[in-house]
Amino acid sequence: MSIEVKLQGHELTDAEVNPTIAASKAKVKVDRTAYLTDLVKLRNPEIPDWMQQTRDHASAIVQELAIPSSRDEDWRFTDLSALLATQFKSVTEPSALGFEQIQSYMLPECVNSRLVFVDGIYAADLSAVDDLPEETIVGSLAQVQEFLPQVSDYFAKQPGGEEVFTALNTASIVDGAIVWIPKDQIVKTPIHLLFVATGTAKFLVQPRILIVAGSGSEVTLVEDYVILNDRNYFINSVAEIQVDCNAKVNHVRIQRDSDSAFHIGKTAVSQARDSQYCGIAVNFGGAIARHNWEIYTNGEQTHSQLLGLSWITGDRTSDTHSLIAFSKPHCTAKQINKCIADDRSHGIFNGRICVPKLAQQTDAAQLSRSLLLSPKARIDTKPQLEIVADNVKCAHGATVSQLEDDAVFYLQSRGIDSESARKLLTYAFATEVINEITIDSLKSKLQTIVRSASKG
Amino acid sequence: MIRDNSEVILSVKNLTANVDGTQIIKGLNLEIKSGEIHAIMGPNGSGKSTFSKILAGHPAYEVTGGEISFMGQNLLKLDPEDRSRSGIFLAFQYPLEIPGVSNRDFLRVSCNAKRKHESLEELDPMDFDDLVYEKLELLKMDSEFLDRGVNEGFSGGEKKRNEILQMALLEPKLGVLDEIDSGLDIDALRVVSSGVNALSNENNAMLLVTHYQRLLDYITPDYIHVMAEGRILQTGTKELALELEAKGYDWILEGATV
Repeated sequence: MSIEVKLQGHELTDAEVNPTIAASKAKVKVDRTAYLTDLVKLRNPEIPDWMQQTRDHASAIVQELAIPSSRDEDWRFTDLSALLATQFKSVTEPSALGFEQIQSYMLPECVNSRLVFVDGIYAADLSAVDDLPEETIVGSLAQVQEFLPQVSDYFAKQPGGEEVFTALNTASIVDGAIVWIPKDQIVKTPIHLLFVATGTAKFLVQPRILIVAGSGSEVTLVEDYVILNDRNYFINSVAEIQVDCNAKVNHVRIQRDSDSAFHIGKTAVSQARDSQYCGIAVNFGGAIARHNWEIYTNGEQTHSQLLGLSWITGDRTSDTHSLIAFSKPHCTAKQINKCIADDRSHGIFNGRICVPKLAQQTDAAQLSRSLLLSPKARIDTKPQLEIVADNVKCAHGATVSQLEDDAVFYLQSRGIDSESARKLLTYAFATEVINEITIDSLKSKLQTIVRSASKG
Repeated sequence: MIRDNSEVILSVKNLTANVDGTQIIKGLNLEIKSGEIHAIMGPNGSGKSTFSKILAGHPAYEVTGGEISFMGQNLLKLDPEDRSRSGIFLAFQYPLEIPGVSNRDFLRVSCNAKRKHESLEELDPMDFDDLVYEKLELLKMDSEFLDRGVNEGFSGGEKKRNEILQMALLEPKLGVLDEIDSGLDIDALRVVSSGVNALSNENNAMLLVTHYQRLLDYITPDYIHVMAEGRILQTGTKELALELEAKGYDWILEGATV
């Protein structure tokens, strides 16, 4: 266990704002570069014209980069050598799946507001968007540009695009999901973006999502990664979310992968003035599962909420690196990250909050709470507050603990056996995050998973 | 109420116990019969709370000698959950908060653990609600309590009432109430006391652990024990409490060392 607190009181340099790039540029090693280049070679050469320029630009960036090592500050706790030891291959043709194979992952609330991607490829026959208002555009990103030319103004435009895995995704872009909510449109039906990994061994799958919530609009999204077979594969996903003025986006991200899966996922959110972003991320880890969760607020009076839960068992790793970058005054943020680590699993949390001089009156609170259920489990948690503004409220806290003996005893003294007591307390620790999910079927599904995962 | 022919519920003989290698209980003797209300009083650090936790089976306390018999069986051989199911209830001095578990679910699981032990049918949520609403009235508690996390954000008085609500549901043979009066305002104390009085009957017994004589204005004990240095130094009737209130503990402590 290690807890580090870094407080800085000076203007940030580019290298500090983006240490990954600076560090990985400095320490390019041949094998890590070559490996990355090989991953780019797996891409499908045929893509829509409008994406070509973006792809070429990203390809040029990737050429300068390498797969990061533990010497890179952003990857200090997560060792990617297992990834480097695996040769992945491209998805050459889509697997034909029937409804019955994905039935158990469907949400009754989203029967007609669902996009399905199988190994990263859009499955039109499994998708349905009939319940959504006509003005919204929800479907395949590749095909959208002819009737939505503005899409090019948003695609691959979020900050942080030069980060190695984000650039790799953009350099390999073929298609993705687009959710376009016009101005003042309140979409009551939640939208389910279901990414199914068939588990065909050693596939490299690079899902891409673009969400644009127009000013005054409101939408709820579920970004859901599931598997059909327990095999090793590599998911490198990128979701870009643009929240315009006074809009509200509720975003739930669920990551369920196999024991041997690699999943590096990016969520990049930009918030305009008076907007709200409420994100909930539930991670079950993998051989390596990493979530880079970045919020950039570009206007005054935004509110950002990030609730994270990682529940890991066996030899799994779950790593959340978050960034909340303020730039204007009067913004608020609330972040709670919880991790439950059992067996020999490894949970990592790095929560970075940047408050530059202009962002006066910022009110941000970050709490990291971790529960170690086994002597061999490991937690690394690191709040990273970089505050230059002098009139702000930034609270942070980190706890790493085991189940409290007194709490177990309290339940035992009420006739509940110690194993059930431990289960109940572990479940209770997790539900603080899960109970915030507003989609009932998803909430109860996750409660069931978490209930059965707690071994006591 | 004291009756000579009542069955013995609890019998403690020459009990000694350690915490982290330090002896806290140093030869304690106590017998409680059904229908009786006992109060243990004593200065801070006398071992009162430790004794109540030992009865409930807290793992931090190591019993090094003596015996405890509860309803004729060796209590020290039972796990805490089995003690609870057999009829021992400890109302905690500091009830724990368990956010994420609703009070309703917690109470039902607990109640059903006891019913299962008694080979009774477990209550489904509907039947349980009927039962718990009846008990809520006794404690003047709003049903809104049931939907909150266990003790989560409860005031001191609400936590104590919640403890007595649990006792009302579990109907123990022996209720051990550890400083159930501390931190309560007078109204809350009345509610809690009348709850205890309503639950007390000729088939069960209560053991009150308290600092303050005030509690005994509301719950009348049959016996008062003064505890100090890990032992019971003096036993008397309720008049002893008044004497303690007037003269403090020193005269008993001095008498004991002679």
